[in-house]
Amino acid sequence: MSPAALEVRDLMLSAGDHHRRWPLVDGVSFSVDAGHSIGIVGESGCGKSLTLRAIMALTPGAIAIDAGTVLLGGEEIPLRGRRIRATRRGRMSMVFQDPQSSLDPVHSAGAQVAEIARRVRGLPRAAAWTRAIELLDLVGIRDAPRRAHDYPHQLSGGMRQRVMIAMAVASEPQVLLCDEPTTALDVTVQAQVLDLLDALRIQLRLALVFVSHDLAVVGSICEQVAVMYAGRFVECGPTLEVLARPRHPYTLGLRQAVVDADDGGRLPRAIAGELPDPSARPPGCPFHPRCDFADDACVQAAVELAVVGDDERRAVACLHSELVPAP
Amino acid sequence: MSTASQTTPANLVVRDLRVAYRSTGGGAILAADGVSLSLRSGEVLGLVGESGCGKTTVARAITGLVTPEQGEIELDGARLARRSRAQRRAIQLVFQDPFASLNPRRTVRSVLAELLKVHALADGAQRERRCVELMELVGLPAGALDRLPAAFSGGQRQRIAIARAIAVQPRLIVADEPMSALDVSVGAAILALFERLRSDLGLGLLLISHNLAVVAAICDHVAVMYLGRVVETGPRGDVFADPRHPYTRALLDAAPRLRRDRAEGPRLREEAPPPGTRPSGCAFHDRCPRAEEICRRDAPVLAAVQGQPGRLAACHFSHEQHRGGRPR
Amino acid sequence: MNAQAVASSSRRRRAAGRWRAIRRYPALLAGLTLLSLLVAAVILAPVISPYPPDHVDLFHILAGPSWAHPLGTDELGRDELSRLLWAGRTDLRVGALAVIFPFCFGTAVGTLSGYYGGLLDAFVMRIVDVVIAFPFYVLVIGLVFVVGEGTRGIYIAFAVADWVVYARTVRATTLVVRESDYVAAAKAGGLGDLRILLGHVLPNTISQAIVYIMSDVVLVIVAVVTLGYLGLGVQPPTPDWGSMVSDGQQFLTTHWTLATLPGIAVVLTGLSLSLVGDGLADRLRPQ
Repeated sequence: MSPAALEVRDLMLSAGDHHRRWPLVDGVSFSVDAGHSIGIVGESGCGKSLTLRAIMALTPGAIAIDAGTVLLGGEEIPLRGRRIRATRRGRMSMVFQDPQSSLDPVHSAGAQVAEIARRVRGLPRAAAWTRAIELLDLVGIRDAPRRAHDYPHQLSGGMRQRVMIAMAVASEPQVLLCDEPTTALDVTVQAQVLDLLDALRIQLRLALVFVSHDLAVVGSICEQVAVMYAGRFVECGPTLEVLARPRHPYTLGLRQAVVDADDGGRLPRAIAGELPDPSARPPGCPFHPRCDFADDACVQAAVELAVVGDDERRAVACLHSELVPAP
Repeated sequence: MSTASQTTPANLVVRDLRVAYRSTGGGAILAADGVSLSLRSGEVLGLVGESGCGKTTVARAITGLVTPEQGEIELDGARLARRSRAQRRAIQLVFQDPFASLNPRRTVRSVLAELLKVHALADGAQRERRCVELMELVGLPAGALDRLPAAFSGGQRQRIAIARAIAVQPRLIVADEPMSALDVSVGAAILALFERLRSDLGLGLLLISHNLAVVAAICDHVAVMYLGRVVETGPRGDVFADPRHPYTRALLDAAPRLRRDRAEGPRLREEAPPPGTRPSGCAFHDRCPRAEEICRRDAPVLAAVQGQPGRLAACHFSHEQHRGGRPR
Repeated sequence: MNAQAVASSSRRRRAAGRWRAIRRYPALLAGLTLLSLLVAAVILAPVISPYPPDHVDLFHILAGPSWAHPLGTDELGRDELSRLLWAGRTDLRVGALAVIFPFCFGTAVGTLSGYYGGLLDAFVMRIVDVVIAFPFYVLVIGLVFVVGEGTRGIYIAFAVADWVVYARTVRATTLVVRESDYVAAAKAGGLGDLRILLGHVLPNTISQAIVYIMSDVVLVIVAVVTLGYLGLGVQPPTPDWGSMVSDGQQFLTTHWTLATLPGIAVVLTGLSLSLVGDGLADRLRPQ
């Protein structure tokens, strides 16, 4: 069996100074195969974006990578050290949240895509421009030859995001990391971009890692889902199962907070409380202060992810997962 | 819950509102082009549409921040033109971006107290008590009063913005995409807060969003806007079960679903044209899966839907039921 | 919970926080320290200077450093250290006072111009353009010639020439703040224009002007010193760093301290003000 396109093992990131350090990402592991997708969902500040950035070698300087292994196509790539971004080039790409600030305002859309094709794939100028137009067309920009000359400020939000996706795909990666790519977009444009990512995944056999705070978005595009809380995965498994029958109270909470048009106008239920400050995590299970099912055992010791049921991909980190009702 | 601030019922009627703004090119663009709405006391009206459809402009005009070229805004039958201070109290706005809608240099208390003072709603010790009350109403601790906005998360800031809006005891709140900048779970709490305030204080609420699903949760009526015009209105249940305008259908289809199969129905192609570039005839015809020749020529008028009382739609084919008649 | 108790305890917390914040910005701390030393020295000049600044002693002219005269004496036997301190008194005072009117007037004009726009803005900006078109020193020197030398002339000249930068800076920030949601909320809340300008716009626009004051004081002190050097500024017998440099010029090869020490004093003052300005800029930036 061929190795997974991307495999992450026990990633640990922390912040702080020499007096105190606290974990921001606390032992995250997952894998994605080529042509498949996994979504990481959680509230802002849970560490999901940081996880992607660490994998992509884009962590901010103040944050330390304490441990972890990342394998691209079975081959380990370094997480620390100099010149590590070069190891991602042409193999892994990232799409960011805000297309307004992620595109260079002084270069045209076509130029930015062509530059990637030139630098990463070594295409000569003219060929790179042609490739850029091909890619802009691939991502659904109408009249690509003309629009390639447009500057970011002349493009709408949805189109800028498509340009970003074109840039990400221009380096012909095997893995595509997406950090809340549709959060800043209208719902209709979001639907188009999600369709696009799904189509590209199939067409180009990409391994897609999709991070979002919106369970509905992740639910609509990812085969596997991992729910993240305070730096850890608290539940993971095939999306349909996890959403239909969550086993962790937090997942249930996220599920109930979503207004699904199919639910017929049910008022969404918010989860009481907020994410804990990473520097002041509660003992034991970090979710227990907000949990309806918590008891003393939950405060005692940290709970690990444990496989539940027959499918070994399905795991929960909860002592009372049997108590969690269907949504 | 404090019933001392029960509001008197408000009836908002907006008639043929036209609002223009100067574009960078120099010409004037009609952001709202003949919008008519009505909102009865204690009800929630959802105003839905994509970015650029003019809903924010309508919100600002209703709140009195922008002067319309044409049209009338009436509250309980009284026309609102140049508003007096007392008139301004009646309609308050909650903004989209909680990180930009609070003055970064003013504490929560100073902002609330200023409003109470200017409108002579409370004085001295009463003012202090009222500030604490307002915090309770929006679910924040009294200690929040003396902090600056930077100390709060997005959800908390939005609660502060809501406290600011209800401090002057308005009759109607216009909420412009209040949850768009927040996490889904945090947004759910804000939505619940709106619902609670509506039922406890009897406020009318105009909820603006680009996401129909969110609107579905608490709205009694829905109005859908496209390129500055209203294209469909009606009671929420009816509009969602049986949308009579193709754009409404597309919005419903676009909402992400928790089931992995993406919704059937053709996706909207491309995006809405920028404001100021209306296609001929029906503004939606170039993206519409149902469009025919007549749509290119004649702009349909917002008119009653055949056999469906209380519903309006601006489509030549509004008499047709949603394809497949699938309940939503 | 008692609303008043909550208010006062958090006031204390905020004051403590401010001190901690100052400690966190080394530039600000260093600048403030140096500035405090300088200001203390010149304020205490009457007390700590060994001699009055115009005490002439023709028996000890151009003396080198000694116990009696730690920094030597000038060509009229006046004690250099005393003169430096007293001159600092003059220059710092004039520098500080001369920026007050430009700051107040410029900020007010910039705020009104930015907030209301229209004809007022166009008119004000044309005036600003005209004033800025003149090189600063040409304008100041010209004005001093017209109005007359001395401190009065300095104050008037800076009042006319210096306000424009404040106006421009504050106007630019005001244009942005004017469009913000919280100003819109204040309008929707029924607050009057004056209250909005003073309570919502100004607190957010004034920080840039405040930071600029620091550089401006440096500019003004240098200008005062320059005018003094040219004989157009503070008039003798009042000591002034500029005239000290000018007088000491002729002795540059023999007694270089006479011309250089005042210059170093200006540099130290400028340095401390710049550090404070940088530190303030960091501190005042909204989180």
